[in-house]
Amino acid sequence: MIQAVNTATDSAPRRALTTRARHRPSHLGWLFLIPALSVYGIFVLWPILQTIRYSFYSWDGVDKPQWAGLRNFRAVFTDPQLTSTLVHVAELILFFTVIPVGLGLVLAAIMQRVTSRRVTSVARAVLILPQIVPLVAAGIAWSWVLSSSGVVNQVLQAIGLRHITRAWLGDFTTALPSVGLIGAWVLLGLCTVLLSVGMGKIDASLYEAAVLDGAGRIREFFAVTLPSLRNEIAVCVTVTMISALSAFDIVYITTQGGPGNATMVPGLKVYQLAFFNRQVGLASALALVLMVIVILCIMPVQSLSRRSGDE
Amino acid sequence: MTERRQETLISSVLLAAVFVVTLLPFASLFTTALHTSGTYPTGLSWPKHPQWHNFVDAFHAADMGAIFLSSTSIVLGVVPVAIVLATLAGFALGHLRPRGGRAAFAVFLAGLTLPLEGVIVPLYYEIRDFHLLNTRFAIILPLIGLYMPFAVYWMRAHFLAMPNELSEAARIDGATTWQLFWRIHLPLARPAVTALGILLTIWTWNQFLLAIVLVDDPKKRTMAGALGAFQGQWGTNIPLLAAGALLILTPMLIVFLIFQRNFVVALLQGSVKG
Repeated sequence: MIQAVNTATDSAPRRALTTRARHRPSHLGWLFLIPALSVYGIFVLWPILQTIRYSFYSWDGVDKPQWAGLRNFRAVFTDPQLTSTLVHVAELILFFTVIPVGLGLVLAAIMQRVTSRRVTSVARAVLILPQIVPLVAAGIAWSWVLSSSGVVNQVLQAIGLRHITRAWLGDFTTALPSVGLIGAWVLLGLCTVLLSVGMGKIDASLYEAAVLDGAGRIREFFAVTLPSLRNEIAVCVTVTMISALSAFDIVYITTQGGPGNATMVPGLKVYQLAFFNRQVGLASALALVLMVIVILCIMPVQSLSRRSGDE
Repeated sequence: MTERRQETLISSVLLAAVFVVTLLPFASLFTTALHTSGTYPTGLSWPKHPQWHNFVDAFHAADMGAIFLSSTSIVLGVVPVAIVLATLAGFALGHLRPRGGRAAFAVFLAGLTLPLEGVIVPLYYEIRDFHLLNTRFAIILPLIGLYMPFAVYWMRAHFLAMPNELSEAARIDGATTWQLFWRIHLPLARPAVTALGILLTIWTWNQFLLAIVLVDDPKKRTMAGALGAFQGQWGTNIPLLAAGALLILTPMLIVFLIFQRNFVVALLQGSVKG
């Protein structure tokens, strides 16, 4: 049954695939493609090649670049200042991905059951709001909420937890989790809405069958809802992981990587190395490693969702 | 029955809590913006004498009019061009399917998950060599290129889903490829193009990294980039900063409230296809 739902969504493009290819005006197609390919080539592909090239040089951006071999890469994987950025980003994935997807599933299930249609549409609009505002504005708002006189401490004081109040983004132990929670705030709504739309598409007869089999709410969730949402979950995980790995705006605005090095992420480090420390080669090596990590993280998720579509 | 009511209650409370947390930063920003300029108020407190003119002061301090025009002209420079290029390419890949088109599509796909930080360093030197640093073109041109993977992917998916009978009928009537594109397919692509336009507008308006690296003058940046400079300048004056941040997110908020449904749909489709 679940497979039937999946293949049904796939059938439209497949049909198009079988009936086309009758006439292919072969050269004309390229005329339509060339403009897009050229801007893409000039402003994306060429810079990627340059990043790779720079990463093998030691260059201050002004003088003649010196060949550095693999020295920059060795630094990325041994210099604690740089390796720590990779550790931090791994921790950010926990917040950016696990919370929005996990809590999003719960919220979507709730919205599915309790709310009227009007509540659902208002809920979607409110939840999607963090996607509309610039991350910079969200960062400013949150650094105020988490500051020593911010709302979070206000609430903690009111419920008698004065002793744990602090400047959350300025504390070595809480700064990175705080940044992570801001990211979770940004992404929770998007994931919730995506998952709730996905739940709306699940065939009702699957639930009826589960009820007939005597499944409770919880078993129903794991036996029917979760497997049917495999594609939506894969999408959420992909989107949130990419935004964790390429986090820049929020960190730049809230902490600048501090206190000390506590919230330094690869994106911000690349920026600082290249434009303030004038270590263009090292910055490029870190950027290249970041690009590879993104691909390595995304590939398993993509193949998982694709496999489920082909079954 | 009571068990169900209890469940409903818990669900409603949880949902309400998430609403509060979602809206809390905005509320805190708003009440803070009304406190006396230069003071250090508590996170969420209504001032005795709300200082509404803080918004006027922030508007002047940040030269908001100029920033708004700058951001708008960047959007107008990026979005229509990106849409035209992506529609042409999407039509080629989804409908015309030239020899080697699959390879071209794979090349576009490769850029779909690219983090901007991966190319920002060479992009700086490239834009410098083009003598475009500190102009709006420094943001406009790279953004068009950076949007291509997603935009082409999006438009290709649309043209793939179009029934082929349509084109065959037009061909039999003697339509050229261009006529087929312009008269038949383009009008039908309007929903896909609208959604793409909404997404690209949000992303451009909120673009930060390109703006702070390639353009020094806040008045030639996007709204988000200008806010970064504003924070650097007024970071110690919390009420003024809060007022400025609110002003900067207002235009997109108004557009969102007007086109709310389109926005939600576009964002959803955008992430599913992306």
